[in-house]
Amino acid sequence: MSFPVFSIAEQRSSVPVRIDEEKCIADKGCTVCVDVCPLDVLAIDLSKGKAYMAFDECWYCMPCEKDCPTGAVQVDIPYLLR
Amino acid sequence: MNTIEREVDVLVIGGGTAGPMAAVKAKQANPDLKVLLLEKANVKRSGAISMGMDGLNNAVVPGFATPEQYVREITAANDGIVNQKTVLAYAQNSYAMIEELDRWGVKFEKDETGDYAMRKVHHLGTYVLPMPEGHDIKKVLYRQLKKNRIDITNRLVATRLIVGEDGRIAGTFAFDCRTGDFHIVRAKAVVLACGAAGRLGLPASGYLFGTYENPTNAGDGYSMAYHAGAELSGIECFQINPLIKDYNGPACAYVTGPFGGFTTNSRGERFIECDYWSGQMMQEFYNELQGGNGPVFLKLDHLAEETISTIETILHTNERPSRGRFHAGRGTDYRERMVEMHISEIGLCSGHSASGVWVDEHAATTVPGLYSAGDMACVPHNYMLGAFVYGRFAGESAARHAGSHAHAQVAASQIEAERQRVWAPLLREAGLPPNQVEYKLRRMVNDYLQPPKVTRKMQIGLERFEAIREDLDRLHARNPHELMRAMEVHAIRDCAEMAARASLYRTESRWGLYHARVDYPERNDAEWRVHVQLHKNAAGDMACFKRAIEPYVVDMNQNDHRAYAALRINKELTPA
Repeated sequence: MSFPVFSIAEQRSSVPVRIDEEKCIADKGCTVCVDVCPLDVLAIDLSKGKAYMAFDECWYCMPCEKDCPTGAVQVDIPYLLR
Repeated sequence: MNTIEREVDVLVIGGGTAGPMAAVKAKQANPDLKVLLLEKANVKRSGAISMGMDGLNNAVVPGFATPEQYVREITAANDGIVNQKTVLAYAQNSYAMIEELDRWGVKFEKDETGDYAMRKVHHLGTYVLPMPEGHDIKKVLYRQLKKNRIDITNRLVATRLIVGEDGRIAGTFAFDCRTGDFHIVRAKAVVLACGAAGRLGLPASGYLFGTYENPTNAGDGYSMAYHAGAELSGIECFQINPLIKDYNGPACAYVTGPFGGFTTNSRGERFIECDYWSGQMMQEFYNELQGGNGPVFLKLDHLAEETISTIETILHTNERPSRGRFHAGRGTDYRERMVEMHISEIGLCSGHSASGVWVDEHAATTVPGLYSAGDMACVPHNYMLGAFVYGRFAGESAARHAGSHAHAQVAASQIEAERQRVWAPLLREAGLPPNQVEYKLRRMVNDYLQPPKVTRKMQIGLERFEAIREDLDRLHARNPHELMRAMEVHAIRDCAEMAARASLYRTESRWGLYHARVDYPERNDAEWRVHVQLHKNAAGDMACFKRAIEPYVVDMNQNDHRAYAALRINKELTPA
């Protein structure tokens, strides 16, 4: 029996950026939060037409929240620091 | 994935603080030039000041300070290891830059007569100019980029500089962190403005991105300059900052000091005379943390309600606006409780201390056609205003160089080698996840390099960094975003090795905690009143050497030198 050289397990992470999908207008073509993130951690879920945090790599710097035209973004302090 | 080539005259890498200024000034100096600003994130919100800045730390304003006085202060604060010409060039151009930023729409605090409302925070002079409405500084810069018709590319991650066959700079390689496309940007002159090496040590929280510096600034610029053959300087003079514990934002005694706030020990007593960040101040901070009087706090609870709400407005809307949320989560109200502070993980940053790429008073590095400015360029304690002033120098110098040189010849093999290196993590079918390699690397940086520095520990650290070099060839990226993290690990590893080698080379202690060597506890001016330079030698190895300090252009008297050695209150003075 042989084992793969690299075996990968995913770890769960509670992400600091939350999107209010009622308010998010990504389905209308808005990408402001995705555009301004210095770490490029936000993305648009194309099936839902809503923004979401794709990578837990947040500096909690808040351009996404401040620049969102509809107030749909909330930045929490990452749990490990809270 | 495609390969995309383009050709410009002046290429500026980094669209944070110094970079936009360099691009604008290059274009203004010679409007015929094609100037490209290449940014890893998005210039609208990138870099150290993505959310603004709450003040200038080093404004040299007539009537409050002279350039010569500022040079004396920084020479003393950096224990004599400065090229005074570079600091003087900054100081002489500091006020003109404030006036220009003011005209552009940056808001500085003014008194009732319209004069700049200067505050004293440094040990000797008065250099702090508050910007309580400094939150839109990036918008002001963006307007100037548009007005001056600067070409901008966002989301391109520069990986290595292209060096021509004659040794001149020839452009950069980069990749798109969303598509993985490989870019070859040829240029006659390049300005490197990639910020600090802010992802070097690991924050105590273990959260990779909970750093003091914007974590996009992973030391890419230090690594690129090194591989292009540039000299770096003062790498052993680490950046360590006194921060809010866990939050990793500055407690901001600069902001609160003029209002009556101060740093205290657990008894509520002051223990340092001056809150200006220097290695000596950090040493006193460390001693207090480690001693029976720790931890250390920012004390505001004695202030009037009106004062506290003003402080809250400044600190919770500028620079690090999530701060209020952090305090709310911990139940910290400035009116009732002191704010617990701690010291940060290590980084490299000339904006705060002195580590960076060696530049002269025209922002020129030792590689022809390569200029550098901002946190990554070695002009000690240069801060944001220094980034703007040296951004201007770098842009104007690059424009001059590009106006009188043709593109350098580049070997095809150099291009192919870099394309293979960059794409490798995406092309591997399996391998190590970049976040795990980064975590381990940065944990080793903490274990072996965090001061006080111990020779044997740093030697073991070097062995670990060598072992992790082999792991770089096993990094695996599932998408272009992970590729960005993978290539950042390369840069972080280079910076870790630089930090260890430069620290081992300087066999004395200097700059307080920044270079406190347990086995060489004394400052040794006879042998070490020199710059320690680091470069890639002819054999391709990382090597250090001494560079003599240029004769001072501003006379120092004995009291100037002593000023920063005597920061502790109620302590017997030790001679400098």
